Amino acid sequence: MANTAPGEQRPAPLLQMKGITKRFPGVTALDRVDFELYPQEICGLIGENGAGKSTLIRILAGIFPADEGEVLLDSQPVRISSVQDSLALGISAIHQELNLAENLDIASNIFLGREPSFTPFRLVRHRWLMEEAAKLAETVGITAALTTPVERLSPGQQQLVEIAKALSMSARILVLDEPTSSLSPREAEILFSVMRRLREQGVSMIYISHRLAEVEEICDRVIVLRDGRRVGELDLGQMRRDEMVRLMVGRDISRFFPDAGKARGEPTLELRNLRPPSCRGEFDFSINEGEILGVAGLVGAGRTELARCLFGIEPPCGESGEILISGRPVEINSPLEAIRHGIGMVPEDRKHLGVILGMALKENLSLPKLAYSGCRMLDSRAEAELAERQVQALDIRATSILQNVESLSGGNQQKVALAKWLALEPKILILDEPTRGIDVGSKSEIYNLIRGLADAGVAVIMISSEMEEILGLADRTLVLHEGRQKGILSHDEMTEEGIMRLATGGAK
Amino acid sequence: MKKIAGMILLLVVLCIAIDYFSGHRFINPVNVENLTRQIALLSIFAIGEGIVILSGGIDLSVGSVIAFTGLLVSLLISVHGVSPALASLVVFGMCIIIGLAHGALVTKLKLQPFIVTLCTMLIFRGLARRLTEDATMGFGNRFLSFRALGDGAASIPGTELNIPIPVIVLAVVAIIAHFFMRYTVYGRYLYAIGRNPDAARYSGVKVDRMQTASYLVCAVLAGLAGILYATYTNSVQPATTGQAYELYAIAAAVLGGVSMRGGEGTVLGIIIGASIMRVMNNGIILVGISPFWEFAVIGTVILIGVVTDATVKQRMAKLAIKPLPRL
Repeated sequence: MANTAPGEQRPAPLLQMKGITKRFPGVTALDRVDFELYPQEICGLIGENGAGKSTLIRILAGIFPADEGEVLLDSQPVRISSVQDSLALGISAIHQELNLAENLDIASNIFLGREPSFTPFRLVRHRWLMEEAAKLAETVGITAALTTPVERLSPGQQQLVEIAKALSMSARILVLDEPTSSLSPREAEILFSVMRRLREQGVSMIYISHRLAEVEEICDRVIVLRDGRRVGELDLGQMRRDEMVRLMVGRDISRFFPDAGKARGEPTLELRNLRPPSCRGEFDFSINEGEILGVAGLVGAGRTELARCLFGIEPPCGESGEILISGRPVEINSPLEAIRHGIGMVPEDRKHLGVILGMALKENLSLPKLAYSGCRMLDSRAEAELAERQVQALDIRATSILQNVESLSGGNQQKVALAKWLALEPKILILDEPTRGIDVGSKSEIYNLIRGLADAGVAVIMISSEMEEILGLADRTLVLHEGRQKGILSHDEMTEEGIMRLATGGAK
Repeated sequence: MKKIAGMILLLVVLCIAIDYFSGHRFINPVNVENLTRQIALLSIFAIGEGIVILSGGIDLSVGSVIAFTGLLVSLLISVHGVSPALASLVVFGMCIIIGLAHGALVTKLKLQPFIVTLCTMLIFRGLARRLTEDATMGFGNRFLSFRALGDGAASIPGTELNIPIPVIVLAVVAIIAHFFMRYTVYGRYLYAIGRNPDAARYSGVKVDRMQTASYLVCAVLAGLAGILYATYTNSVQPATTGQAYELYAIAAAVLGGVSMRGGEGTVLGIIIGASIMRVMNNGIILVGISPFWEFAVIGTVILIGVVTDATVKQRMAKLAIKPLPRL
């Protein structure tokens, strides 16, 4: 498929899913969806959250059966009723949350549960295992020693271990679900080159991602789902971003990013020679009222560390520099102190830090306000009013303010993580990867919210790994490299190359 | 709330069945007075344990602290001639220190609460035995008015019914605890840190302080229970008093709907859980089942309870319309 020119006869599909329907109580998750994958092809599967991508992949992986429809492999109908069936057919899914035993080394992980062994005592054939693991590691480009515990690898290398594991089960079809969401751009490039090599070697892949630029780069074809239906298929020549977005949301998002704002003169936050505990360099910059400061850098460059320091999670080292808010020096030793100084933070890890899963929407929304106000008694009416107001203001889609946030979609959870600060009317908002893992429609909404907050005078610090997000939204960009402040680019200087050059250690 | 309704139903069914099979010896004034006293004593420290569990911790030292404080209060009053009021104050002072120490070890040194309180469980059991050289302690025939705290009862005018004083103490403790958990922000914080301490911290909650507070409440309520047991039994045995009570407390809390994962549970539920424990204990004797069966029966009932709960939850989850979790 990779080398097939448009219009040329397609080979017979390797995998066909025909008329797949899956109903859950009260909702049809998939409605007569067709999906096909050709030999030696990387096929993108895109759609907003809730479009049915995960359901389709789960059916293919044998996690649950379809209500209707059939699956054909090499034009032969097959039955997939368990994960084992799926693996036996050569289908291997690599989940977004990796499935590795982190304390074990690379080689053990690749063969975990399938160690070659001598009977009768199941002694592991260690040398054979190491040799086979070495071959697989070379195929996928693992550079670390095979005896390295997986927990010491970067997320990108861990991803490759997963792929090696899949190949060790002689997978012909690899499903990659949001594989780059925790990778740096360079690691993503390595992953893509491994994917291309595997394609040459005859492996077909299904690639699920919200990052359309990556889909454009790596996929040979893309299938778009919307509301449980297949709404389109784009071939290599037709895969343009705007077209994909149009199919996914069913309308034009002509204005994906809001207009640039007008930062006002007064600096809200100033850092003078501040050194966060786990960073190597000092930070020295200021951010004005109404300004959105983008923070770019590779994974491990110190972006999250800077945010954690400003929010009082890891207070700065004793004698190192100072923080000024509205011109006055302040000390921030805990999140509560940060909140009292008018700082709010939406952390990167939404499910573990941003919201409290298992608690009601209204309880999540009121928590910072309770902590801030220092009042001792709950006022459930005021709490409900506050929640209703935020739900309306941010258009959070929930059945009621009593709904458990766990059952909200990712985009709506992220809105909750943002909304809980708004009642405090913060002066400074720190957003760490504000749109990670959420669908295109919600992204655009969140961009508009962020710009709206800035226009209302909030100074926004936006950490992001998504270049287009920085370019589209930030007024200025702070670039970090290996725990140091590498440079600040004004709006006119902000280009993809310029940011990447600084982020990889080059000069301005 | 549904869960509590189910537990109340179970309690009522148990009571009726036991009354029937015991030839109506269960519902009679003497037995009811004795039983409610037992329920109150267990509930008081089970509430403390429940608060620790629902805020994400565990306290295994409860039984030893009961023995230690019971012994200490007896010793101070009957041997050293300290006034009951002052002795009680000393006990509560001790308990505040125990609670703060638990809190500091768990929050500052980041030790696991299971390990910390396992150690203090052993320490206080040992201290209790050393305190009186393993001798049993009581008040003899003196200090009748102080002993009424655990042993006495208030008669309800116009009836023959007596309300044991511990029941009144429990009522006060329960109302305060319920109010605290339900209507103050601190209660909300405890639920929040039980669910997810990191996210709570990111929302500005002083997590360390709240965790310490939960251990403090638990230790103080254990101390209160220690005083009540000392005055009730009039004979505190260093080696056996309060033995395995932390497990009773955990069982009562779990039966009453407190989740071991934290973030879930109510004061009313804990009291109902404690009641079920005590009713079973009482029923086994009255119905004439060998008392050696007691633990096996209680264990089985708790297991059935949690299995039912888990099954119902799984059914509900299947029925509920939820967006699918990611692959």
